[in-house]
Amino acid sequence: MSAGKPPLSGGPPRPQVKALQCPKCGAAIVLRTFGQAETVACGSCRAILDAKDPNLAILQQFEIETSDIRPLIPLGTRGKLHGTDYEVIGFERRHATVEGIPYPWHEYVLFNPYKGFRYLSEYNGHWNDITICKDLPSVEGGFSAGSGSAANWVGETYKHFQTTEANTDFVLGEFPWRVRVGERATVTDYVHPPRVLSSEKTDKEVTWSIGEYMYGREIWDAFRLPGSPPEAEGVYENQPSPLTTNVQGIWMAFAAFAVFLLAMMIGFDLLAKKEAVFQQTYHWERAKTAGESSFVTDNFELKGHPSTVELKTWAAVSNQWMYLNYALINQDTGQAWDFGREVSYYQGYDSDGSWSEGSRDDTVVIPSVPPGQYYLRIEPEVDPAVSAISYSVQLTRDVPVLGIYGIALLALLVPPLLVSLRWYTFERSRWSESDHPPVQISGLTASSEDDD
Amino acid sequence: MTQPAANCPNCGARIVFKWSSSVQTVCEYCKSILVRTDADLKKVGRVADLPPDGSPIQLSTEGIYRNKSFVVVGRIVYEYDQGAWSEWHVMMNDGASAWLSEAQQEYAVSFSSTTPNLPAAAKVEIGHEFTWNGQRYTVSVITPAHYRGVQGELPFQYWDKSDVTFIDLRGETGRFATLDYSDPEPALYLGEFVEFEDLKLKNLRRFEGW
Repeated sequence: MSAGKPPLSGGPPRPQVKALQCPKCGAAIVLRTFGQAETVACGSCRAILDAKDPNLAILQQFEIETSDIRPLIPLGTRGKLHGTDYEVIGFERRHATVEGIPYPWHEYVLFNPYKGFRYLSEYNGHWNDITICKDLPSVEGGFSAGSGSAANWVGETYKHFQTTEANTDFVLGEFPWRVRVGERATVTDYVHPPRVLSSEKTDKEVTWSIGEYMYGREIWDAFRLPGSPPEAEGVYENQPSPLTTNVQGIWMAFAAFAVFLLAMMIGFDLLAKKEAVFQQTYHWERAKTAGESSFVTDNFELKGHPSTVELKTWAAVSNQWMYLNYALINQDTGQAWDFGREVSYYQGYDSDGSWSEGSRDDTVVIPSVPPGQYYLRIEPEVDPAVSAISYSVQLTRDVPVLGIYGIALLALLVPPLLVSLRWYTFERSRWSESDHPPVQISGLTASSEDDD
Repeated sequence: MTQPAANCPNCGARIVFKWSSSVQTVCEYCKSILVRTDADLKKVGRVADLPPDGSPIQLSTEGIYRNKSFVVVGRIVYEYDQGAWSEWHVMMNDGASAWLSEAQQEYAVSFSSTTPNLPAAAKVEIGHEFTWNGQRYTVSVITPAHYRGVQGELPFQYWDKSDVTFIDLRGETGRFATLDYSDPEPALYLGEFVEFEDLKLKNLRRFEGW
């Protein structure tokens, strides 16, 4: 550091950004990493230079057909990530070829002299904030990278998403490794949204990195870039599900509500008085019923606060029907509840065996009946085939209405079902891009890649 | 602790030891490598200028590791095919000697281990497993390195080196081990990877523009 000179009070000279010239084309080369970079690529003549060499020896000259590859974040831009300033110092484009189609993505090298290197990747508007793993992940179901069905890293399991051959086709700026165009690596991604664990395997080494999904907007804010980030296309491998509530959580909330409803149901059932207020069995004969068949019952008292009244009808029907017109009438106020109930029961045998339809019982609940003296007016109508029949009428005061709990439960089921459906749709489109596409539903365009 | 002081036998500059157990130091003025003998300092060589590096750490950088403060008193610089790395010799506030490895802004703190029966370098391959102090370690990389230079105080004599082999091993949850084959008898260092932030370093180097 302080070569040959005593350390004066000012301390050693501060390392500075170096401005050099490309030995090939003479364009300005800026070295921003204070000697940490291995290689630097000239932006003008596509020469890859040895950044460790004071003369910037040319290591590789590459060609690229298109000239419009440009980093979305220009080299030299500084941004804040996790509270630390990072400068963009390098940029490369890589691609993977799947079924003959190249899928390019971009990687940015970030640098801070105290914190070291960090990376950003961008594919179709999807970004990842990447660091090299310090703890080595372990792969399940395989020895080396590229063959596992899952990987474990700091206590979390990552599912294998895909393994591809990455090919570097464009580089710009500084790299902390000996970057070359044409360099190939087997890249295996394991996902646990919003994180992705990747292994890059060359014939020399395996490097593991961990990435966390970032939205274009976050990148634009961090680096104070003008305009808007490119729109993200489709669902990316480690893109977090847009559902604000997680699926498991909402089902747990549903379960909690269901338990609460059940407790309420039991509570109200226990509290309900279920007081028998009236019971009578009648015998109807067609011969005795001339014209007017209606009659009224004796008075009975409905006590307490306004509450339910349950009316149960039973009729000895067999392959017959009976219809009862009821009116529950308050003797003092004349207020009446009119309603009709049908009781019918049919049974028989056919080629499928015995069958039956309907019931001899019928139950109806009248809500919010005030206390007072009441009577029933009953008008039976009977199947013309029947000449005589027995039926009974039974009234119970203050029964719990359990049906509403069922309705409430069904209503509560709607949000978790919708969330689950959306979650399923999202995960389906995520995994459709992987090495493990979901099985296609018949009727949809079938193109499973596992077949070949 | 009184800091032992002496004069450089080469240039006469005042030499102050920050760590009383230091065996070797480098005169900051004339770059002579000085080794302590019973009576005085003996010049054993001269350090070539170290290549410029981008390390944020320098001699007298202070930090904290496991609630103990430490100060950087020396270093050994090595080169390998991915660049250079530094083994910073640090003195813990309890007098212990430790190493802060720095390679491409990755940091690890390790301590010398007296474990006997260490394997010979030729017998170790990537993937081999060893258990030391109840921890299991897997050989992750074998690095042929080149000794580049020294600076400051070291706990042993270290100056006439050339090619040395290092074997790095990784354990679980950031544990790591290094087998150092600088000497005929291998040396083992056990430690862990640390985050730059967690070291709470002070008196760091300044970089222009940062």
